[in-house]
Amino acid sequence: MSVTTELSNPAGTTTQDAVISARHLGLTFKTNDGDVVALSDVNLTINKGEFVSFIGPSGCGKTTFLRTIADLEQPTSGTLTINGMTPEQARQSRAYGYVFQAPALYPWRTIEKNIALPLEIMGHSKSEQDARIKRTMDLVNLSGFEKKYPWQLSGGMQQRASIARALSFDADLLLMDEPFGALDEIVRDHLNSELLKLWAATQKTICFVTHSIPEAVYLSTKIVVMSPRPGRVTDVIESNLPSERPLDIRETPEFLEIAARVRDGLRAGHSYDGDHV
Amino acid sequence: MSQLQYYLAVVAGGICAAALGFSLLTPLESGLLLKAFLAVGTLSLLRFVVPLGLWIDGAIAVFGAVALLTTLGVYAPTPAFFWLALVGAWLFSWLFVERLSHALAWRISDSAGLGLLIPVMFGLTILVIWEVVTRAGNVPQVILPPPSMIGARIMASLPTLWADFQQTFLKAVLIGYVLGCGLGFVVAILIDRSPFLKAGLLPLGNFVSALPIVGVAPIMVMWFGFDWPSKAAVVVIMTFFPMLVNTVAGLNASSVIERDLMRTYAAGYWQTLMKLRLPAAGPFIFNALKINSTLALIGAIVAEFFGTPIVGMGFRISTEVGRMNVDMVWAEIAVAAVAGSVFYAGVALIERGVTFWHPSVRGA
Repeated sequence: MSVTTELSNPAGTTTQDAVISARHLGLTFKTNDGDVVALSDVNLTINKGEFVSFIGPSGCGKTTFLRTIADLEQPTSGTLTINGMTPEQARQSRAYGYVFQAPALYPWRTIEKNIALPLEIMGHSKSEQDARIKRTMDLVNLSGFEKKYPWQLSGGMQQRASIARALSFDADLLLMDEPFGALDEIVRDHLNSELLKLWAATQKTICFVTHSIPEAVYLSTKIVVMSPRPGRVTDVIESNLPSERPLDIRETPEFLEIAARVRDGLRAGHSYDGDHV
Repeated sequence: MSQLQYYLAVVAGGICAAALGFSLLTPLESGLLLKAFLAVGTLSLLRFVVPLGLWIDGAIAVFGAVALLTTLGVYAPTPAFFWLALVGAWLFSWLFVERLSHALAWRISDSAGLGLLIPVMFGLTILVIWEVVTRAGNVPQVILPPPSMIGARIMASLPTLWADFQQTFLKAVLIGYVLGCGLGFVVAILIDRSPFLKAGLLPLGNFVSALPIVGVAPIMVMWFGFDWPSKAAVVVIMTFFPMLVNTVAGLNASSVIERDLMRTYAAGYWQTLMKLRLPAAGPFIFNALKINSTLALIGAIVAEFFGTPIVGMGFRISTEVGRMNVDMVWAEIAVAAVAGSVFYAGVALIERGVTFWHPSVRGA
């Protein structure tokens, strides 16, 4: 029943070289209704091999922060470096894989061709492509579905294929924007434990945006709590959960304690604006 | 049996019974086949005791058509029961198609051949009614010739029709279509690259498409001469704009998330175009190709009304109308309709192969 997960890099043993470093980062969207402050004075360092969750209510800027790391949005103030580079340089050097809220698989390509897409763009040879497709499809347990089209698979399998696509070109950084948000709880639990195994196997740095407190606590070595209007970081919680995390760890007092701290952090963020439930 | 089928069966049988009654007023030996059909149609009312298969309704309908066609000309003023028999046969054909489509609705995918039977039956019904009404009703040929006469004209004028088809379809239509669609496609891609061209060329394309074809055609004749190039030019003008607008719309059809994905791979403009935006534009481009397949034919035929060598489908229609040879006009119309439908079907078939993934094609 319980899925046991061996974590190869537990919290506390991370090396201190920063993968992502944000200093006084701010981002203001100009709209017809005036300026919207999406991010305000965000200071954060993410080290190599960490699994960092961003949690907060809608509009707290967690997705915007992830998109800023990916150079899909431009910050309006402050500095942000990825592996010591600007976000644009990092994007040009294909430093990260991005998993979106929707699988965004191209329906005219089979699953294996979808996974080959970044490899084609980055100019890998055909034999190299085949090897990487096989390896990443094994990694996300999709072997046997190479020739299927995305619309022939379930939502959970589609999202796994999109994770395989983000892994295929072996970037050290994985950015995931509510990848399991649209899936039902059973599939979500399953994919969460698989994601932990995958993280242990690949040693990647993962930034994971979520709405769900249990999901954030279960997955992370570090939880960044954010709050809206303006989007800012209200708390950063280091998780001291053991490296081995079966699904029923979610019933333990340690787990519930961290979850309570996250909930407190979210509530504190809300007290700034009384209009919000 | 649905309610509609029930009423169709009752009325079809009832009309046959009534017609059979009236037919007894004529000499017994005249129109025997038709009377046999009426008797069978009347007997079909027994279906309410013993159920009849849908193929029996189909057989009765075909029998009725044959009986009507062979009885044409037997009665000098067409008697009322003949018209009743026509209505009866039509109702049997309707009932058959209705029952067949109901039966197929449950397993439509694995019986494509039977599915084809429905439009065929539908078309044949129209042809038979047309033939019987025009001949039994003595409709003047100038108003509407019977299909048999049009068929005979087609068989007798095959060389002329082939020459016209070659001139209009194989030259003006196809060449104009390829040039017009190709130009629309290329310009759409150029426009997409540059906001300046988008602002300048899209309204110009709109302007060109708004030009009335009957005004443009004579001018094209001045520019490109009497032969097919001037007609192809008209076709280019007609097909260019639908292709341009659809391709421009199609290039923007990919979702933001799909384009963001390309951006995270640091993909270049051409990579994004070839691997994402053009495939996503496929359904739009094929829409334009389908619209243009019929527009091109119309454009070429109409253009031939304004100066042409003595060959071509439009030329033939305009001169034969003047000579009251209406059967030849209908023969050209038939050729144009068949050619246009086949052209359209060909494009649609390629579309199914290329955009197999689109929900409208895979039926999701």
